[in-house]
Amino acid sequence: MKRRKMDLSEAPTNFAKGVDDRFQAATPLRGLLNKVFPDHWSFLLGEIALFSFIVLLLSGVFLTLFFDPSMKEVAYNGSYLGLRGVEMSAAYESSLHLSFEVRGGLFMRQMHHWAALLFMASIIVHMARIFFTGAFRKPREINWVIGVVLFLLGFFAGFTGYSLPDDGLSGTGLRIASAIMLTIPVIGTWLSAAVFGGEFPGELIIGRFYIAHVLLIPGLLLALIAAHLGIVFKQKHTQWPGPLRTNENVVGERMFPRYAMKQGGFFMAVFGVIALMAGVFQINPIWLFGPYRAAEVSSASQPDFYVMFMDGLVRLMPNWQIYIFDYSIPPMFWPAVVGLGALFTLPMAYPWLEARKLKDKRTHHLLERPRDNPERVGIGMMSLTFFLVATLSGANDVIADKFHISLNAMTWAGRIGLVLLPPLAYYIAVRICLGLQQHDRQVLAHGVETGIIKRLPNGQFVEIHQPLGPVDDHGHPVPLEYAGWVVPKKMNRIGALAPAIKGFFYPVEKPADIPVSPAVGGPAKREEIKSGS
Amino acid sequence: MTAVHHSGEAGTPADVNDPHMTRFDIVKEGLRRDDIEIVTYESHFHGQNSKAEKRVVRNIALLFLLSGLFTAAFVVFYIVWPWHFELGHTMSDYYTPILGVTLGLGLLALGFAILAWAKKLLPHELSIQQRHGDPSSDDERLITGQTMLYVADELGVQRRPLLKGAIGLGMLPLGLAAAAPLVGGMIKNPHGDAEPMMFRTGFNPVANGDKLVRLTREDGTPIRPEDVSTGGQMTVFPGIPHGATNQHADSPTLLIHLRPEDAAETRRNAEADANGRNKGSMYGNYVAYSKICTHAGCPASLYEQQTNRLLCPCHQSQFLITNNAQPVFGPATRRLPMLPLTVDEEGFFVAASDYKDTVGPDFWERP
Repeated sequence: MKRRKMDLSEAPTNFAKGVDDRFQAATPLRGLLNKVFPDHWSFLLGEIALFSFIVLLLSGVFLTLFFDPSMKEVAYNGSYLGLRGVEMSAAYESSLHLSFEVRGGLFMRQMHHWAALLFMASIIVHMARIFFTGAFRKPREINWVIGVVLFLLGFFAGFTGYSLPDDGLSGTGLRIASAIMLTIPVIGTWLSAAVFGGEFPGELIIGRFYIAHVLLIPGLLLALIAAHLGIVFKQKHTQWPGPLRTNENVVGERMFPRYAMKQGGFFMAVFGVIALMAGVFQINPIWLFGPYRAAEVSSASQPDFYVMFMDGLVRLMPNWQIYIFDYSIPPMFWPAVVGLGALFTLPMAYPWLEARKLKDKRTHHLLERPRDNPERVGIGMMSLTFFLVATLSGANDVIADKFHISLNAMTWAGRIGLVLLPPLAYYIAVRICLGLQQHDRQVLAHGVETGIIKRLPNGQFVEIHQPLGPVDDHGHPVPLEYAGWVVPKKMNRIGALAPAIKGFFYPVEKPADIPVSPAVGGPAKREEIKSGS
Repeated sequence: MTAVHHSGEAGTPADVNDPHMTRFDIVKEGLRRDDIEIVTYESHFHGQNSKAEKRVVRNIALLFLLSGLFTAAFVVFYIVWPWHFELGHTMSDYYTPILGVTLGLGLLALGFAILAWAKKLLPHELSIQQRHGDPSSDDERLITGQTMLYVADELGVQRRPLLKGAIGLGMLPLGLAAAAPLVGGMIKNPHGDAEPMMFRTGFNPVANGDKLVRLTREDGTPIRPEDVSTGGQMTVFPGIPHGATNQHADSPTLLIHLRPEDAAETRRNAEADANGRNKGSMYGNYVAYSKICTHAGCPASLYEQQTNRLLCPCHQSQFLITNNAQPVFGPATRRLPMLPLTVDEEGFFVAASDYKDTVGPDFWERP
C-alpha cells in the first residue's frame, strides 16, 4: 500500500485551512491581530484589578483544597502551641492548619488576601480615573454601571472571605453584619434569622458564606468582568485628545505583538508585586486573634480598608433613634443600610444626571482633561473626601492611640469633617480647575514665559514671551484655540534646552526635533539664550 | 482578488498574490482592509545590530535569566528550607518571606523582560483605526423593529385574550415554586414560641429547670463575691451546659465589684431607674451588666476604672457604669441591660432572673 508522503512543513498551513473551513476564522482573526489600542498609563489601572482577580482565582482554588467551612467545635491540636487545646470551629482550625501545616499555605493565604486588597484598591483608583476624565459618558454609561456593580460585588466577596477563617476579627465582623441587618425596619429580625439560620451566630453562616464566596459571587464577578471587557472591546477604548486624534478614530498601536506583550509583562509585574507583598508583609495573622468568642474583642479591631468607610460612618453617626409608637429605627440603619445603598446606587445614575444637566446627547470617544469640567472634578473630590474622612474615622481609635489624641475628639473631628470638608474640597477643586484652565488660555494667547527680562527705553521691565503660534504684523501672537490637550508651558517643552539628565532618568517626552518658531534655536544649535535680542 | 468593501475603506487594494509583495506589504493590505493606517513604524535603533541594540538585547536576556534563577530558587527553597512551624526564633520563620522574595523577584524580572522587549526591541508604531461607531441606519432599525413586532404578531397573544390570562395564571405559580424552597427553607421565625431568641439569654431560669442560673467563669467554675477584688471586674457566663460558648452569644456579662462610694452612687441611680427595671438588681457593691453592646453587638469590654466607663472598642460607644450604664458618648442609644444579682445558699453568685432589658443590638420591634 502506498502512503502519501507527509510534508511536515505544510502541516501548519493545512491545519489553518482546516480551521478556516470549519469556523471561517481568518478574517475575524486578522481583525483581532490588527485591532488598535490607544496607550496611556492611566488606562492600565483597571488592568491591575483584572490581574489581581486572576491571582485571586488561582490562589483561592488552592485555599479551598484545605479549608473546611464547618462550625463544628473541635479542640486544636496543631503545631501552634499558643492555641493547643482551645475549643474552636473546624473552619478556624483548618485555617490554622493551612497556615502552619501546609507547605507554603501561609504564603498562599497571604497572597490571596493581598490580591484582594489590591483588587479593591485598583478598582477605586480605576473608577476615579474613569470619573475624572469623563470616560463614563455616552456610549459607555452601561459599562460604568457594571463597574459600580463590580465594586459592590468585590466588597461582598471581600467581606464574605474575611468572615470565613472564623477568627476573632471574622466573628466580630459577622456580629456587626447581623446587627446591621437587625436595624432594618420591620424585616430586620427576620432577615438576620434567615441569614444566620436562627440566632447569631448559629452553625450555618460559615457554610453559607463559603458557597457565596467561592461560587456565587466569583461567578457573578467573572460574568460581569467578561461583559465589562467585551463592551470595552466592542466600543473601542477612549483616547486622550491630541495630534491626529478625533472622535472617530483610535490612535495607538496594534494589539499584536507590542500591546499584548506589554499587557503580559504588566501582568507578571503585578503578580510579582503581590507575591512580594505576600511573602514580606504579614497580613491577617489569625492565630493571634484566637477563635471567635462573643465575649472577646480587642481594641484596633478594623475591617479591611474597603469596609472601613462604612465602619467609620457607623462610628460617627450620632445616637439619634427614631421612635414610631412602639417601634424604633436604630441609628445604625442610616449609615450602614441607607448610606451604603446610596453610595452604591447614586454613582450609577451619574452619567445620565450629568448628560441631562449639560443637555449633552453626543457620543464621546475623546477623554476630557479634568480641568475642563471643573464641576465634575468638584463632585468627584467631594465624594473622595467624604470617603477618605469616613475611612480614616474607621481607624479613629488607632489614630487616637498612636498620636495621643482623645478618642472623643477624633469622633467629633470626624463628624465635623464629614460635613465641612467635602464642600470645601468641592470649592478648592473647582477653583484649581478654573485656574489651570485660565493659565492654559493665557499661555495660548501670549506664549511661554522665557525667563528673559527686557528693559525698555522708558525704564519699564517686561518679560519676553515665546509665542506658540504665528504672530501678527505687530509681532503679537495670534491667539490659539485650546485643543483639549496639554499646553507646553516651559521653554524646554518646546525644544529650547537639551534634557539635563541622561540615562535612567532620561525624560520620557523628548523635545521636538523641529524648532517651534525661528525665535528658538531648537536642538540643532543649542546656544545659551541671551537677554535682549 | 476578493473585494470585501467596508464603508470607510481607503487606499488602493493590492494584489496579495503578487510574488513581489513582501510579507509587510501583505500585512499592510490587511490593515487597509481593516481600515487601519500605520502612520509611523520605526525601530529604536539606527541600523541593524547596532551597539545600542546589542546592549538592550543583553539586558533583556539577563532579565530572563534572572527570572529563571529566582523562580528556580523558589522551587529549591520551597523544597529544602525548613518550613515546619516551631516556637521561638527559628529558620522556619523565614520560609514565607523567602518564598515571597524569590517568586516575587522572579515574576518581576520576567515582567520587566517582556516589557523591555516590547518597549525597546519592537518597532515603535503609531496606527490609526477608524472607529465605525455609527449606529445602524434608520432602515435597518425599522426592519429589525418590524421583525420583532412580527414575531409578536405570529404568537398572536394580542388576538387571543384567553391565552393572555392563561399564560399569566399558568406561569406565575412556577415563579413562586422556584422562590418557595429558597424562602421557605431559609426563613426562621425570630419570635417563635418555643424559643423567643431575641429576648432570652442563658441566664433565663426556665431553660434551667426553673433553677436560678449561676454566674461562672469561662471554664464553668462558679464565683463567690470575694473572688472579685474591689475595683475589679470579671467576664462571667451562665452556668449551664455550653454557657460560655457561642451558642449563648448574647449571654456574656461583666461582673464589677465597685468601690464603696461608686457603689452607693450606682445603687442610688438604679433605685431611681425610670422604668424600675434595674431596681434591686445590685448585690452589695457588685453590679453586672450585659457585655454585648446595644449598638452593634461587640463586647463592650474596655473597663475604664478611673472614670467608671465601659467602652466598646468597635464603635467607641461609652457607657457610664454608675448610672445604669447609660450611653454617654458614641453611636449607642440604649443602656446596657443590668443582670439582677444575688447569691445562692452555697454562697455563689446567681442571676435572680433573666435580663429585664433586651440584650444586644437594637431592632425595630424591641419592646
